[in-house]
Amino acid sequence: MRAEEYQRLVYQKTEKNSLVKDCFFAFLIGGSICLLGECLKTVYIVLCNIPEEKAGILVSVSLVFLSAFLTGIGVYDKIARVGGAGTLVPITGFANAVVSPVMEFRIEGMVLGIGPKMFSVAGSVVAYGTAASVVYGVIYYILMRCGVVG
Amino acid sequence: MNYLMSFLIGGVFCVIGQLLIEKTKLMPARILVSYVVAGIVLSAVGLYEPLVRFASSGATVPLTGFGHLLAKGVREAVAEQGLLGALTGGLTATAGGIAAAIVFAFLMALLFFPRKK
Repeated sequence: MRAEEYQRLVYQKTEKNSLVKDCFFAFLIGGSICLLGECLKTVYIVLCNIPEEKAGILVSVSLVFLSAFLTGIGVYDKIARVGGAGTLVPITGFANAVVSPVMEFRIEGMVLGIGPKMFSVAGSVVAYGTAASVVYGVIYYILMRCGVVG
Repeated sequence: MNYLMSFLIGGVFCVIGQLLIEKTKLMPARILVSYVVAGIVLSAVGLYEPLVRFASSGATVPLTGFGHLLAKGVREAVAEQGLLGALTGGLTATAGGIAAAIVFAFLMALLFFPRKK
């Protein structure tokens, strides 16, 4: 009984510690990815004279490329093992969700492997994102017509 | 200041994701979907635009920013083209990121051989 209690205590302690540790690394790595995005944005706006709207899109594209490349050479998954949600929540996590199944299933062919598998997770994101945005668009249209917004 | 806020707010978004994973056993795919939809909702009620001004990349790089971009695209398109904009606005605004992910996925599949786990 005492040994069991001890085991449970140890388990609770380590679980709590690992949660704090996981959150710390998620914060550190996720924050760093966002910081990298901000640095790239400054470079595009100040050094390349790109307007802010376009620079924002370019930042997304750059981060997606970086993540796709790191996923391709197998490094992103290693960072993700430490970073947890820190590598999932930024847009690099979306790119990883596209590229990772592609690398895994490419042996099944171009049409049956790469094509459909790239949307195995991202498809859900795009589908629900688009559907929700259309619903919002219709509501916004009605509100605009009633003179509430716009 | 923008750099510090990007780091801090971006980090907070990720910590919330980490807590959701460990406390609610939500699968990562569900987190991605929830974040995008949450971004649309936050943008719709007018909270996300101020956050973007405050935290810059800390708000635009997380996937809630992707949702905000969808919602913002829809708003602008509806204002310009009426109801049709509800269909075209979201994907038009996010096309860059989505197309980039698809094209780079192909590129990586051609460049690198599958890894043994």
